[in-house]
Amino acid sequence: MTFQKSLLGASAAIALTAGAALAEPAMIYDLGGKFDKSFNEAAFAGVTRWVDETGGEFLEIELQSEAQREQALRRFAERGANPIVMAGFGFADPLSQVAPDYPDTKFAIIDMVVDAPNVRSIVFNEHEGSYLVGMLAAEASKSGTVGFIGGMDVPLIRKFACGYAQGVKAANPDATIIANMTGTTPAAWNDPVKGSELTKAQISQGADVVYAAAGGTGVGVLQTAADEDILSIGVDSNQNYLHPGKVLTSMTKRVDNAVYDVFSQGPDMETGIFVMGLANDGVGYALDEYNEALITPEMKAAVDEASAAIADGSLKVHDYTSDDSCPDLQF
Amino acid sequence: MDFDVLLQVLDSTVRLATPLLLACLAGLYSERAGIFDIGLEGKMLAAAFLSAAVAYVSGNVWLGLLAGIGASLALAALHGLASITFRGDQLISGVAINFLASGLTGLIAQDWFRQGGRTPSLPNEARFTGLDLPFVQTLEPVPVIGPIYAELISGHSILVYLAFLAVPATWWILYRTRFGLRLRAVGENPAAVDTAGISVVGLRFAAVAICGVLCGVAGAYMATALQAGFVREMTAGRGYIALAALIFAKWRPWYALWACLLFGLLQAVALRYQNINLGGVVIPVQVMDALPYVLTVVILAGFVGKAIPPRAGGEPYVKER
Repeated sequence: MTFQKSLLGASAAIALTAGAALAEPAMIYDLGGKFDKSFNEAAFAGVTRWVDETGGEFLEIELQSEAQREQALRRFAERGANPIVMAGFGFADPLSQVAPDYPDTKFAIIDMVVDAPNVRSIVFNEHEGSYLVGMLAAEASKSGTVGFIGGMDVPLIRKFACGYAQGVKAANPDATIIANMTGTTPAAWNDPVKGSELTKAQISQGADVVYAAAGGTGVGVLQTAADEDILSIGVDSNQNYLHPGKVLTSMTKRVDNAVYDVFSQGPDMETGIFVMGLANDGVGYALDEYNEALITPEMKAAVDEASAAIADGSLKVHDYTSDDSCPDLQF
Repeated sequence: MDFDVLLQVLDSTVRLATPLLLACLAGLYSERAGIFDIGLEGKMLAAAFLSAAVAYVSGNVWLGLLAGIGASLALAALHGLASITFRGDQLISGVAINFLASGLTGLIAQDWFRQGGRTPSLPNEARFTGLDLPFVQTLEPVPVIGPIYAELISGHSILVYLAFLAVPATWWILYRTRFGLRLRAVGENPAAVDTAGISVVGLRFAAVAICGVLCGVAGAYMATALQAGFVREMTAGRGYIALAALIFAKWRPWYALWACLLFGLLQAVALRYQNINLGGVVIPVQVMDALPYVLTVVILAGFVGKAIPPRAGGEPYVKER
């Protein structure tokens, strides 16, 4: 009996230490799914790069519903995963509840700030990248009217729209900007039919370049733009290859770099607020073989100049989320 | 609002109303025969996925359409088996079909194409593209009629014309044929049909099968004509709006057409004018999105006539105990 007890105790101790020593990093993707060709896929690309370089093990989950957020966080924390990375602003509330319960586990949240000692908050200056693609849009537009199609109407997407509008106005002060949001519920991230109709509506109002910051809905936007022979701008990942010659550029948000960084640092990761902007290559615009014919050397020179000015601080792009208003766009 | 804008909004209305109309007529056959069908959404989704997948793999959109109809028919057969043969609860079977389709399409798509539950983009040859009706060029210069013909009537995919032709066809089948009379009777008083020596089960299965075919066309239209491929959950609740339209139309084919066009128009207006400014009062876009449901509740509450569903709807037929 005693022998059996000590045996059980020993195996339990081994299990515990194994759990603690495990410390695999974990990745939680948002509702759009790992292969959304956009935001989550960029996170997955960062994970893949880390695996290729280190050959390490990791845990991951794709969420299917809002209700799973807290559950997934606790599950990974209980299993001893460290650090736990989550992609998406929707994790802010669950994380602020879960983080204090696991003080020894490090968390990293992308696109939102959560104030806790064991959390790294990674935010991107999307307005800066959007400003650059806005300049390109205004210069590529022949009609002087450009469009913006957002997914769910949240401050983050308005930040995209606002930066874009400022870039458009900087390149062409007389340009008209039509900004639409797909909806106000999470279904707005996955409704390509509605994205198509919005694009057609914007085209009939004169738009000949459309910027989609709308997750899965953006697939419909880019498709319709290609069908109707106008230009579109992709978001988050480089989407130029989806419709070669029809996608003007993509506003890249280097979520992959952020995730790779966290995974590489492991459990000793620094916490606090990390801002990824033009200065540290957190955002930018995509130029590759699929769109090089669309970007003239003059356009590239103008954008690179603005990019340098933003990076060294001499040009300020207004951030919508700082005061919930936008100088160049009415919502 | 000038004439061009009006035409564009109406054009968008036709595109948005077509999947609603097909699904609404599908539900009409099924519910008129006494089988409530809350699974329209699931059948459309399954059809959307398989039509896009087969169209992509084979490069032939007609094969895709057939495959979509096949997927929808399979789910319809499941619904029939559960609710007609085994006399289960029709609502529960319908809900189960919605969940099944939602999960299964994503899973199979991921396993098949490895693109995160979507199909690759279809090339133009594997899609239903717009048809130019005859005499578009000759009529175009004619004022008013020319643009209406060229913009609004011509240039849609063949499935749109099919959907609109299905309305008079449905009316004719339901009200002018022996089959239609029996189908309506089986939804009102199946015992009387049985007494006359006609198979209640056979008629109900026929109705559910027609429902499956129409849902299949609706799903294929969304994935291969409106879009170029399948995206997870791409039906985005249109099956439920079609059900609302069915109640709004009080289970009648011509009213179903007007109800679907009205709901399509509301969506088109909401997409074109996000926030409508009516002399100082701004109507937010959410009001337009909610309006189909609000109108349905108004109808159900009996403010605008009475919506009386088929009397035997929702009840499995038991011949003898």
